[in-house]
Amino acid sequence: MTLALEPVADPTAPLARRNPVAKLGAALLFALPLIATLDPLTPALALAVELAVLPFFGVHYRVLARRAWPLALAAGGILVTMVLFAADRTGPLLVSLGPFAVTTGVVADALGLVLRVFAVALPGIIVFATTDPTDLADALVQNAKAPARFAIGALAAFRLIPMLTEEWQMLALARRARGIDAGRNPLAKLRLFASTAFALLVGALRRGGRLATAMDARGFDSGVPRTYARRQRFGPADTALLVAAALLAGAALTTSILTGFFHPILG
Amino acid sequence: MAEVVLRDFGWRHAGRRSWAVRGVDLRIRHGERVLLLGPSGAGKSTLLAALAGLLPEDSGESEGTAEIDGLDPRKSREGVGLLFQDPQTQLVMARSGDDVAFGLENRGVPAGEIWPRVSDALDRVGFPYPITRRTGALSGGEQQRLALAGVLALRPGLLLLDEPTANLDPAGGDLVREAITRARDRDTTLILVEHRVEQALPLVDRVVVLAPGGGVAADGAPELVFAGHGPALANQGVWVPGFPLPRHRAVAPPADSLVRAEAVAVHRRLPRVSIDAHAGEALAVTGPNGAGKSTLALVLGGLLAPSSGRLTAFGDTRPPHRWRAAKLTQRIGSVFQNPEHQFVTSRVADELALGPRRLGRPAAEVRATVEDLLGRLRLTALADANPYTLSGGEARRLSVATALATAPRLLVLDEPTFGQDRGTWIDLVALLARLRDEGHGIVAVTHDDAFVASLADRVHDLPGSRRQ
Repeated sequence: MTLALEPVADPTAPLARRNPVAKLGAALLFALPLIATLDPLTPALALAVELAVLPFFGVHYRVLARRAWPLALAAGGILVTMVLFAADRTGPLLVSLGPFAVTTGVVADALGLVLRVFAVALPGIIVFATTDPTDLADALVQNAKAPARFAIGALAAFRLIPMLTEEWQMLALARRARGIDAGRNPLAKLRLFASTAFALLVGALRRGGRLATAMDARGFDSGVPRTYARRQRFGPADTALLVAAALLAGAALTTSILTGFFHPILG
Repeated sequence: MAEVVLRDFGWRHAGRRSWAVRGVDLRIRHGERVLLLGPSGAGKSTLLAALAGLLPEDSGESEGTAEIDGLDPRKSREGVGLLFQDPQTQLVMARSGDDVAFGLENRGVPAGEIWPRVSDALDRVGFPYPITRRTGALSGGEQQRLALAGVLALRPGLLLLDEPTANLDPAGGDLVREAITRARDRDTTLILVEHRVEQALPLVDRVVVLAPGGGVAADGAPELVFAGHGPALANQGVWVPGFPLPRHRAVAPPADSLVRAEAVAVHRRLPRVSIDAHAGEALAVTGPNGAGKSTLALVLGGLLAPSSGRLTAFGDTRPPHRWRAAKLTQRIGSVFQNPEHQFVTSRVADELALGPRRLGRPAAEVRATVEDLLGRLRLTALADANPYTLSGGEARRLSVATALATAPRLLVLDEPTFGQDRGTWIDLVALLARLRDEGHGIVAVTHDDAFVASLADRVHDLPGSRRQ
C-alpha cells in the first residue's frame, strides 16, 4: 500500500474534519465485525455504505482508486487461488478449466473473500487519506491518553521513513563501487540483499539514536507535563461518528442473519 | 544569563580506556561568546554534551566539576540549548511551526504563550516561510535555521552550537551563520565548536583551545590567541586564518581520455552534459546545489545508468554501468560523500582487503596492498578498529584507501574535503596530487574553492538551473 505521508482529501469535508481518534475508532468499529462472517452479503453491504459516505470524507473516487489498487492485486490473487484450490465445488458448473471445475459455489466463496478484503481495508484507507499524521499523534495523546513518548516518538520516526529509500539506493551503489555484485547468482543476490538491508537497519538505528538525543536536548525527557500547541477536540459529532459506525456494522450483520446469508467464521 | 565554571573537568565514556576530555579549567562569564577549538579527538563535542546535561551519570566516569550558574548541568538543562550538526536528525515535526513549538510543549509552556514565542524565534533566525511550511521541503541550511529557532524558542541562557555548519554547503553555512548573528544578544552565553575559524570569528569574542592530551592550550581574545598559537594550531589541524595552503600543479599535460560522456542526462536529476576525464589530470566539477553534481559523479563512476546520451570508457564496447563490479573497481574507483555508506566489514584492514580479494589476488599480495595503504594513509594504528568508530577525518582517509586498493586508473570523488580539519585536508590533497602525477585521472565534485585552487587542472561548472 502506498504510504500516505500527507492527506490527499479535502480537509474541510464534514467527516474529514472529525477527530482523528474518532475516525480511527469508527473505522475499527465498522470493519472488525465484518471479520466474523464468511458470506458475501455482509461485506457487500458494508462496501456500499463505505462508498456512499466517501464524499462526506472529501475523498474523490478517483483518488480512492489510485490508493486502493494494491487491493485489486490481492483480489486477483484470491480469485486464482480459489479457482485452483477451493474445497467446496458444489453448485452448477459454470466453466471447466481443464481439471478445475468452476462452480457457482467457487464463485460465491471467491466473491465473498474479495468483498471482505475490500470492505475491511477501505475504512483504514479512508482514515489515513483524510488524516494528517501530526493530527493523529496529537489526538492519540490528547483524546486517547496515549503516552506522548510513544505517539510523538513514532511521529518523529515516521518523518525519517522517506529518507530510507534514498539511503537504500546509496548503499546499493556503494556496494557496487566496492566491487560487490551478485551477477546472475540468485543465492548471491539474496546475500547482497540481506547485507544491504542490515546496513540500512544499522544506519536507521544510528540516525534514530541521534534524533532521540536531539529530542531530549529539547526537553522531551524533562518529565514536566506537556502542554499542547495544537488542541484536538473530541466533541458530540465525534461520538456520533463512533455510534453511527457501530450501528451500521450491526445493521449489515443483522441483515445477513435475517436473510440467512450469515456464515460465521467459527463453527 | 548563564555562567559556566569548569574545574579540572574530565569525562571518560563507559568502556573506553582513554578520557574523551580531561583537565579542563575554564570560567565563562554571562553573555560571553566563545569559540571552542582543538584538534579532532580533543573532546569538544563531549564537553558540549556534558554542559547540555546529556551525559547521564551511569554512562561514564567524571572527574572534577562542571557547573552552570552553580548547578550541575544535569539539573540546569532548562537553561541550556544545544544545536547539533545534522539538521535531518534534529527536526521532529512535519510543519515548521510545529517543530519550533515541540520544545515549548515539552517544557510545559502554557498553550497561549506557545505561538507568540514560535513566531518570535522564527523572526530571530530570519526564517522566511510561513509556519505551515513542510520541514522536508527546506534546504539543509534552512532546516538548520529552523532547528536553531527551535532551540532559541526555549530562551536558553547558554547556547551550545556543535559544528552547526559542518554538514552544509557554503550557501547553507552562510544562512546559518547569518541566523546566529541575528540571534545573538548580550543575555545569552554562547559556546561554538567550528572547524572553519575564519567564518566563525565574527560570531565570537573569545577563543579557547583544548589541548589534544587534556587541558586548555590557549585562551583569550582571538587576535592574541592566534598571534601566540597560530602556527601550533595550524599544525594540529585547526583552520587558522592567514595560513596559506600548498598548491599542486600538474607535472605533465593530461594524457589519454579515460571516460567520455557525450550529452548524458539523468531524468530529473542531471541536465544534459558532455564531459571528458583524462589520465594525469585533476578535474573539478563545481556548481550550485541541485545542479546534479553528485549524480554526474555516479554516472562517471559507472554506478548509475544515464537515461540518455553516450558514455564510453577505457576503450570498452560496453558503457561502465554495464560492467561487472569487479572489473569496474580495477578501472574506476568511487569515493562517496558519506564514507559510512561504503563500509561493509567490521575491521579497517578487512575493508582494504575486500576489493583485492574479490579480484582473486593471492593472499600475500592482498596483505602487501593492505600494509602499504595503511601506511600511506596513516591508518596503521587503526587496522583492527571498527570503521564505524573512526573520526570524520579517519573515515574519509579509509574510504579513499578502499577505492585505491584495487588500483583503478580513474578516481571519482564526491565532496572529498567536506567537513575535514586542516591536517586531513592537506594530506588528502597531496595524496590526490601524487596520484595524478603518477598518471591517474581524478574527478572531484566539490564546493570547496580552496580545493579547486590547490589541485584542479580544469574546472567544469555545471549550470544551476533550478529543476522541478
